[in-house]
Amino acid sequence: MTRQRNDNVGIIGTARPAPELEVWQALNIALDRAMERDSSVFILGEDVGLFGGSYRVTQGLYAKYGEWRVRDTPISENSFVGIGVGAALAGGRPVVEIMTINFALLALDSIINMAAKLRYMSGGQLQVPLVIRMPGGVAKQLGAQHSQRLEHTLVNVPGLRVVVPATPQDSYWQLSQAIVADDPIIVLEHELLYFTKGPFDPDAPPPAMHAAAVRREGRDVTLVAWHRMVSLAMEAAAQLSTRGIEVEVIDLRSLRPIDLPLLRESVSKTRHAIVVEEDCRFGGVGAEIAATLGEVAHPDLASPVRRLAASDVPTPYNAELERASIPGTKNIIQAVEELAGLHTD
Amino acid sequence: MQRKLARQFFYDMTLARQFEQAAAEQYMQGNIGGFLHLYPGEEAVAVGSLHAAEPGDYVVSTYREHVHAMVWGVSPSAVMAELFGRATGCSGGYGGSMHLYDVSRRFLGGYAIVGETFAIAAGVGYWLRLNDSTQIVLCYFGDGAANQGTFHETLNMAALWKLPVLFICENNHYQIGTEIHRHSAVPDIYRHASAYGIDGRHVDGMDVVAVHEATRAAVQHVRSGNGPYLIECETYRYRGHSMADPGAYRSALELAELRARDPLEIFRERALGQGWLNETDCQEAEKTVAEVVAEAVRFAAESPQPTDLGKGVYSEPLDLYGGRP
Repeated sequence: MTRQRNDNVGIIGTARPAPELEVWQALNIALDRAMERDSSVFILGEDVGLFGGSYRVTQGLYAKYGEWRVRDTPISENSFVGIGVGAALAGGRPVVEIMTINFALLALDSIINMAAKLRYMSGGQLQVPLVIRMPGGVAKQLGAQHSQRLEHTLVNVPGLRVVVPATPQDSYWQLSQAIVADDPIIVLEHELLYFTKGPFDPDAPPPAMHAAAVRREGRDVTLVAWHRMVSLAMEAAAQLSTRGIEVEVIDLRSLRPIDLPLLRESVSKTRHAIVVEEDCRFGGVGAEIAATLGEVAHPDLASPVRRLAASDVPTPYNAELERASIPGTKNIIQAVEELAGLHTD
Repeated sequence: MQRKLARQFFYDMTLARQFEQAAAEQYMQGNIGGFLHLYPGEEAVAVGSLHAAEPGDYVVSTYREHVHAMVWGVSPSAVMAELFGRATGCSGGYGGSMHLYDVSRRFLGGYAIVGETFAIAAGVGYWLRLNDSTQIVLCYFGDGAANQGTFHETLNMAALWKLPVLFICENNHYQIGTEIHRHSAVPDIYRHASAYGIDGRHVDGMDVVAVHEATRAAVQHVRSGNGPYLIECETYRYRGHSMADPGAYRSALELAELRARDPLEIFRERALGQGWLNETDCQEAEKTVAEVVAEAVRFAAESPQPTDLGKGVYSEPLDLYGGRP
């Protein structure tokens, strides 16, 4: 990946708060503040220390907190995530970075069989205050083994929570909230969002960790998205607005739990909803949302909830094919127009 | 050897033997469900090694862990009640035979996926080391687990960071029905330690005194900040892998040969011969154990069932659909 210079960063310093920051910097500040506040917080992962993190998220923390609190691990995903679980059982608050979600497949035993189940299997005795951070999503021609989205796997595990921050502010808020929570929480990041900018105020009061956010209000159609799909939905909404179609864009922010009340509120107004997901369609989060809205909000819906999702293929290397494998702004516009056509009589 | 310790060894091994016998009977009667992995034949390992640790230490064990839990202080009644799936069980009836926990005693399970104990133990060890604690972790595993990636990954990290973990292999020669020479290119498990710069040794796992002495030295090594250590206890299980396994892959001769080296009988003879114990000590212990085990069964049978299906999934109730109060 390319690394960009940024003036907010010293050579070995950590990122400093500023009115506008990139996602990685907001995550960096969240880690720094959590570690400063609570000595039980420590970081484990590949290249998180001396190297500063593959996406710079842990930059400067090794120099500030030392090797025992910012631990470079060998390439042993299942075991270093398991070490995080063990340390959490003993009283630590580990934040484990898995370099990319693709490698988390090697650690699913630690995540699903251990982190998610130990509290329950022990009759509530054990506590697993563990955060697992990892980026996923389709980036830029990384090929099928480096472009996965595993939302569908992780949201189906009792005991886990899954958050999907898309902005610097949410990245800061949700990572901070995840670190102080007493349950295992997956913080899914997106590879193409680390170096995107947004407003940042570390002292603003956070919404609930699972709360969805209305990014743009509209009366005609609700677009439900998360991660990078939010910005595509926003682009589509801006273009549609010039044609008189007002789209409401909801950034889901959390995939387990999901903020159903906000979704219901939105569709009670727009009467139409489209879920835009970068993950594959079959058995995915979009299916969950569509089915649930269908069950509980059908009197409000003028049409079935639709899904725009990735094609059912491993992600291809070729740039054009890769682009075609996931929803783009054009697809979103087209889907909304089809829906809008239904009620322009 | 101290008389008190000898009495403890004899009592604990007798408890182990009788408890597991009672568990088998209760399983056959349908009072215990699921998988049940029993320990007869291997008693000297848990008893000898756990008595070499300090009460403040941590223990992480496998799915064959009833005896480890009891020797570490969990009451036989709480263990039996867990096997019965009752609310009074040491995991509240939510874990079962393979998932025994007692946080107050730092007994951290009970893992049913082979090879999980390594990383859990190393994680606890990491936390202890980060806090400059003098506590250590005892990590039990079987010979079959030495072929999991987590074994090698964790030995590497434990050695790299000098984690206070004592790895104790219960080599009973079988991963379910596959004998060690058919599952491991290096059947001497302790030799794997040297690949990671860890000291390791082999000990006769049928001899509780030998296990105890080896573990004491290893505990001292680990507690002094020298990093991990690996002890391979060569032992044998008399029964099949679980109650579902009649163990038909082993010859009667092999079984008879190993039974002739029964850890309980060996120790009894030696203790009587050395004057550590007398006949009355042994008889009293056997009588007390019989009462304790009978009481454990009675307690389990009379205990209430757990009723709260959703208890303990999260630290606080979680509505998956974000319900607002």
